[in-house]
Amino acid sequence: MMGWNRLRWFFPMLILAGAILVFVLRSTMNDYVLSIVCFTGINIILAVSLNVTNGFTGLFSLGHPAFMAVGGYVAAILTFPVARKAMLLPALPAWLAAQQWSLLPALILGGLGATFAAFRVGFSVLRLKGHYLAVATLGFLIILQVLITNLESYTRGPLGLNGLPMLTNLWWVYVWAVITIYVCWKVKHSSLGRSMLAIRENEIAAECLGIPLARTRIMSFALGAFFAGVAGGLWAHLVTAITPTTFSVIMAFNLVVMVVVGGSGSITGAAFAAVMLTVVVEVLRPLEESLEAYGISEVIVAIGLLLILLYRPQGLFGSQEPAFVVRQRQRVSGEVGRASSYQNGKGGGIKSIF
Amino acid sequence: MLEVRDSHAYIGQTYVLKGVSLEVRHGEIVALIGANGAGKTTTLSTISGLTRSRRGKILFRTDPDGTQRDITRAPAEEIVGMGISHCPEGRQVFSDLSVWENLLIGAYLRKDKQAIQSDLRWVCELFPILGDRRRQSAGSLSGGEQMMLAIGRALMSRPRLLLLDEPSLGLAPILVEVIFEMLEQINAQGTTILLVEQNARMALELAQRAYVMETGRVTLSGTGRELAENEEVRKAYLGAT
Amino acid sequence: MGGYIAQQLVNGLILGSMYALVAIGFTMIYGIIRLINFAHGDIVMIGAFVTLGLVISGKIPFPVIMILVFIAGALMGILIERAAFRPMRGAPQVTGFITSLAIAILLQNLGILLLTAQPRNFFCPDYLQTIFNFGPVSLRAIDFSIVVIAVVLMVFLVLLVRFTRLGMAMRATAENLNVARLMGININRTIMLAFAIGSGLAGVAGMMWGGKYGQIDPLLGFVPGLKAFVAAVIGGIGSIPGAMLGGYLLGFGEVLFVGLLPPIYSSYRDAFVFTTLILILLVLPTGLLGRKTEE
Ligand SMILES: Nc1ncnc2c1ncn2[C@@H]1O[C@H](COP(=O)(O)OP(=O)(O)OP(=O)(O)O)[C@@H](O)[C@H]1O
Ligand SMILES: [Mg+2]
Repeated sequence: MMGWNRLRWFFPMLILAGAILVFVLRSTMNDYVLSIVCFTGINIILAVSLNVTNGFTGLFSLGHPAFMAVGGYVAAILTFPVARKAMLLPALPAWLAAQQWSLLPALILGGLGATFAAFRVGFSVLRLKGHYLAVATLGFLIILQVLITNLESYTRGPLGLNGLPMLTNLWWVYVWAVITIYVCWKVKHSSLGRSMLAIRENEIAAECLGIPLARTRIMSFALGAFFAGVAGGLWAHLVTAITPTTFSVIMAFNLVVMVVVGGSGSITGAAFAAVMLTVVVEVLRPLEESLEAYGISEVIVAIGLLLILLYRPQGLFGSQEPAFVVRQRQRVSGEVGRASSYQNGKGGGIKSIF
Repeated sequence: MLEVRDSHAYIGQTYVLKGVSLEVRHGEIVALIGANGAGKTTTLSTISGLTRSRRGKILFRTDPDGTQRDITRAPAEEIVGMGISHCPEGRQVFSDLSVWENLLIGAYLRKDKQAIQSDLRWVCELFPILGDRRRQSAGSLSGGEQMMLAIGRALMSRPRLLLLDEPSLGLAPILVEVIFEMLEQINAQGTTILLVEQNARMALELAQRAYVMETGRVTLSGTGRELAENEEVRKAYLGAT
Repeated sequence: MGGYIAQQLVNGLILGSMYALVAIGFTMIYGIIRLINFAHGDIVMIGAFVTLGLVISGKIPFPVIMILVFIAGALMGILIERAAFRPMRGAPQVTGFITSLAIAILLQNLGILLLTAQPRNFFCPDYLQTIFNFGPVSLRAIDFSIVVIAVVLMVFLVLLVRFTRLGMAMRATAENLNVARLMGININRTIMLAFAIGSGLAGVAGMMWGGKYGQIDPLLGFVPGLKAFVAAVIGGIGSIPGAMLGGYLLGFGEVLFVGLLPPIYSSYRDAFVFTTLILILLVLPTGLLGRKTEE
């Protein structure tokens, strides 16, 4: 019970500390640094939400950037000033051309759009397993890129939309990151989350325990997609532009790297890895540009991932949250969750369920 | 010929063999019986090198007067060449390959073309059906035919020691009789056999000596007859009341 | 119109030949170790650049270059297998997949780092540029060679796999690794060989790609690689004849999709290919010639 008391205090304190940090950063740092911090936050949202799909349920999806694109475009079209719409998107239907929303509802609608896409796609694709699912979601990403490129009246095709209002700031990113982490944490420690972990460990056993496979899978897919959509909206209004090529295979890869490096299933791990990866890439960027050594950051990330896969395949944190966040891991991981430690080579918890 | 000394093995995280010791002498048929999950299959695969033991030794001597070799760490693909052939549980013929190719691949390491041809003839005499079906893909054979093919394939490497894992699995009783007769013949022609069987009655009848395994250990050993008359064995494996 | 269609069909044949060569590697590697090797497409890129390097560096005759490119591709395949896939053998399927994705990204970006992302012109000797006209269909010598060489290589491969001891060992290994070992087959060697042959063919396909399109860059392999994977899935991944069939089907399908539908649809070409992929995975996961198996 100690653990719960700790938890009760730990999170509000952490949120408060984060808020103070945001405040301090905003009043001391220049725009460049702030934008990097914002990207870090958005990557945290992306990694933590992808972790629900890839990590908790073990549905290996490369489609996260696609959901991000859906959310990003929906939000961008909604917030785009009417005057610019008339200029850049003359073929837009009149009712849509007249809209000019503020950020929050646009983000939410973007997230819902991504969720809807996830339901549509997931309904058929989630029957696939393992690397076939990965390939199918990669196919989905490419198909979506093609669609965006061709739906010129809504997206301006390959040119993309630029001159979006710069609505995203660190507060927005912070609040959404907190919401994402909170929701994913709650889910992980709810019965839904335990069902997800059970499916990841052993589908057949999970089905025997009465867990509805299809529904749980699609829930985890859609939940991940919602936050990806929101992150897409935040992204678009931070960069103030959105083009189809942003949502690339490289991005899918980087997100997967965050989940794998952090440890599939570990929220702390995903967030930590997101921070690390963003920082590495941002630190290398000036180097890349001054030396004209383009590609070096991807090379380093790829090599890093290979090393992790070789020497620490369970990722930095395994599927658990580290002890400094939660003392009583059994309580939160629950019975089936403990089974996951079996596969991560941390001892045979499996006997305790059967 | 073969000596397994205190072998300990894991499959994944599971501790399966907890100190198995057994011996097979030249020319014998030795049976290994035990309940499901006792570790019989694992014992065979540690001998043939598919599973590595963590502790213990496995020693093999091709001829009665040859030198003894330590094969504990040798990989499976080399152990065949030393004269141990493992006919795995559940037949596992290569179903995409033809019957003939299955037999040929049994002789994969051999270079003596002439002798391979005569061994092919020998196997087809033992199991005439294989000769008739030689062009057919092995996957299209019936279960019993696949068993014969698996044994034939194992014989094609000219083993001195044949490890057989449940040759009677899923076969009609009459076919089991046939297979056991074949084993006797093969043995009479000079191949030593270590036989894992669920059909304890027939195995104990056929074997000169036998071992009983329980949860990763050898718990009893003796001649086939001794074990067949042993009270515990009768209760546990021969269905006596 | 008839002439136009004939020309399109010939184009499909050329494209299909290249897809088939690449698809064979996917299928061989998958067939033996159940790995979708996403880095396979980048061997195509390496093949193209090695060709360019050899062409620039001297007066090596093209047939010799082809052999050297095959060897370079094969060595690259072996290197990748040794360095990355072998240490991870036995890990979950998806780990292998992520590994291959990491290698793909690594190779592409090493390419950008060392060669810059600028497309380069690919040189072909003049005699390969000669144009022949067969009625309405016009063909360059290079197009013709692509098809012929691809077919010859595939015939060789089929003969090797069907009728040699080595081929038998490969088929056995693909079906059951452990039992293959019990036969005395050194599966490490067999796996290495599958990587070598598959990657060698991909290298040659890269040479063809450069010759056909005239420009090469470090990212050129990824999308054709993915498409070749689609071809392998159409044919039934794991089946070599399937990969060939799938390669040609995809080549024809893609060319006809672009050639016969109104031009407005041609930019949907990639969407067409990947929709096909998803449909096949859902409806016919074993492809046209694949074995009905587990998974
Ligand atoms: N791949 C595996 N993963 C986990 N455990 C395994 C695996 N293979 C075998 N085991 C375990 O090892 C133990 C011994 O298995 P083994 O196959 O050697 O038994 P056996 O005596 O041959 O049984 P049977 O008569 O049913 O064939 C069993 O408890 C089994 O559950
Ligand atoms: Mg067994």
